[in-house]
Amino acid sequence: MMSAIDPVADVTGIGVWGVPLAVASGAVRIGTPFLFVSLGECLTEKSGRVNLGLEGTLVMGAMSAYAISYYSGSAWLGVLVAGLVGSVLGALHGWLCSLPRVNDVAIGIALISLGTGLAFFLGKPFIQPSATKLPAIDLGFWSSSPEVRSALQINALFVVGLLLAPAIAFLLARTRWGLVLRTVGESSDAARSMGYRVNTVRAIATTCGGFLAGVAGSFLSLFYPGSWNERLSSGQGLMAVALVIFAQWNPVRCLWAALLFGASSALGPALQSVGVSSGYQLFNAVPYVLTLGIMIATSSASRRLPGQPAELTVAR
Amino acid sequence: MKSERRRHAVIMSKVVLGALALFMGLGCSKNQESAAPSAAGSASGSPAADDTLTVGFIYVGPKDDYGYNQAHHEGALVVSKLPGVKIREEENVPETDDAQKTMQSMVSLDGAKLLFPTSFGYFDPHILVEAKKFPDVTFLHCGGLYDATKHPVNAGSYFGYIDEAQYVSGIVAGMTTKTNKLGFIAAKPIPQVLRNINAFTLGARSVNPKVTTAVIFTGDWSEPKKEADATNSLADQGVDVVTMHVDSPKIIVEQAEKRGIFVTGYHASQAPLAPKGYLTGAEWNWGQVYTQYVAAMKTGHLFDHMPHLERGGFKEGFIKMSPYGVAVSGDAKKKADAAKAALTDGSLVIFKGPLSDNAGKQIIAPGAAMVQTDVNLEKMAYLVEGVKGSIP
Repeated sequence: MMSAIDPVADVTGIGVWGVPLAVASGAVRIGTPFLFVSLGECLTEKSGRVNLGLEGTLVMGAMSAYAISYYSGSAWLGVLVAGLVGSVLGALHGWLCSLPRVNDVAIGIALISLGTGLAFFLGKPFIQPSATKLPAIDLGFWSSSPEVRSALQINALFVVGLLLAPAIAFLLARTRWGLVLRTVGESSDAARSMGYRVNTVRAIATTCGGFLAGVAGSFLSLFYPGSWNERLSSGQGLMAVALVIFAQWNPVRCLWAALLFGASSALGPALQSVGVSSGYQLFNAVPYVLTLGIMIATSSASRRLPGQPAELTVAR
Repeated sequence: MKSERRRHAVIMSKVVLGALALFMGLGCSKNQESAAPSAAGSASGSPAADDTLTVGFIYVGPKDDYGYNQAHHEGALVVSKLPGVKIREEENVPETDDAQKTMQSMVSLDGAKLLFPTSFGYFDPHILVEAKKFPDVTFLHCGGLYDATKHPVNAGSYFGYIDEAQYVSGIVAGMTTKTNKLGFIAAKPIPQVLRNINAFTLGARSVNPKVTTAVIFTGDWSEPKKEADATNSLADQGVDVVTMHVDSPKIIVEQAEKRGIFVTGYHASQAPLAPKGYLTGAEWNWGQVYTQYVAAMKTGHLFDHMPHLERGGFKEGFIKMSPYGVAVSGDAKKKADAAKAALTDGSLVIFKGPLSDNAGKQIIAPGAAMVQTDVNLEKMAYLVEGVKGSIP
């Protein structure tokens, strides 16, 4: 009988080395949308507001990117439009929350429904056609192994995200804009007494956050998995809210959190492909268990989390 | 101050839980949209006024998903072209009370007399409840769950032996592979799915005994991200032909094409998505099945002409193969066509002895065979020799 279980005996493919390789490439591939949404959410929350609606923004971004890329033939135009659509949804959140006695969490939930519903409604005609996809940067040209080459097909958006994380960290920590944003997030009274318009600052932060979430959606539909359908998002928009807490409102930590989340998502399928299929449900749940575990470990009933903006509804 | 904070924490956790619940509900939200010919012509919507038969089709997902729902939708389109028949379709109907509401509105508002609620989970309790409520409406369910001792007489079920088509796909895969490694991306380890995995593997090994099949379970019928991950993981392991049993194979077929490996399809034809790598595919042929049902319905006594539990394979026209792709060799076509002919005339039985599972345990003794109607095949809980992995 042929060896059914022993993966080391394989002569073709890369055998058990496929697991770390799949985990590493999964970190980048699956982590990228998480990175963009969590950076956007980080920016928004630093201003003292939570935008739970990023899930809807993400789906709407995915749909509009796919549609625009299909019609125009330019995937990058799709990414830009996804960002703009995301900005509009972000601005809507920012404006609604500027009204008196409006709860940002409730508006966010309403925007999840709005974004998802609108995307499903407008996206019907785009489920079937194939749109132009985003190109990959081939970093594996040096390797003769097709598996390694494929794993090193990095999307330019990931590189953008890689640069964006420290850039946002710098913006928040070292610039006047960042200081204003953090002041608004820490104490709206202080910001007001200094003459800053709290609602305007928050609306701008939410709009920028929406842009990034829209771009995250375009990555899903135009690169990986690279198709528009109604089950495309597996909750990345909501998980990003958890990731931001997990990353303690630090953009660079958001990058690590997103990579970790992507890597753990890739673990289940990679193990199954080498014949380890018992308990696959558990492996598939690893990213969520991980998030829960770290959140429980870092949370405390008696003190505020480090980095948490004091103006957040959650903190108040 | 402290109690204040605690109160906020409680409110916040409720809100987040609510948001999650809402999100889950949204995942399968209903989107009422009819592709059926407009009813504008038949004034005031009184369907009993003429002899037109209204047939309702209910899908769990989008009707153009390149998969399970599209296969049924293509069948519905065939029915819509029959004389004296009007169809009404509704997609994205979750397997909840929504299914019952949709059936009710199709019967009460559209005057449907024949309903095809196609998703597996619609049967119990939703079809059973509605069938009792509307005894003069016929409910036909895709899945083979009907039991005459328990279920209403105006309901029935039908299903196809699509493992026959998977066997033929397996032959093409086994003839095409260069690495002798095949991959199967499956939703859940239930008997129907295992039967397809085993038939695919047996087909491949009938022409190429060196072949093994690696199986990845994604856990649910539609998991685009996991399906893409699974395709990539398999390609990384040197698998050069993948196939699947998921609701919408679109992502898998596209990823396989991107990785430069071959793929055989499922449910409907995904050939346009992979012009280079699409070999063939196991497709449903619901158009023919539904045409038979509508013809029987027109006589006024559907179940006088059709059994309550209808099944079929190639012979009965329930299933078909996608046309061969460019990469399929002449030799592979000849072997696949021969197997298809032998399955059609019954001279070839897929599950026959000696057959062992992949742990070495004998499943079918030498000389014995399980023909397609054998109920033991519907309890399948093993992976045959040549399949890598175990049932989770």
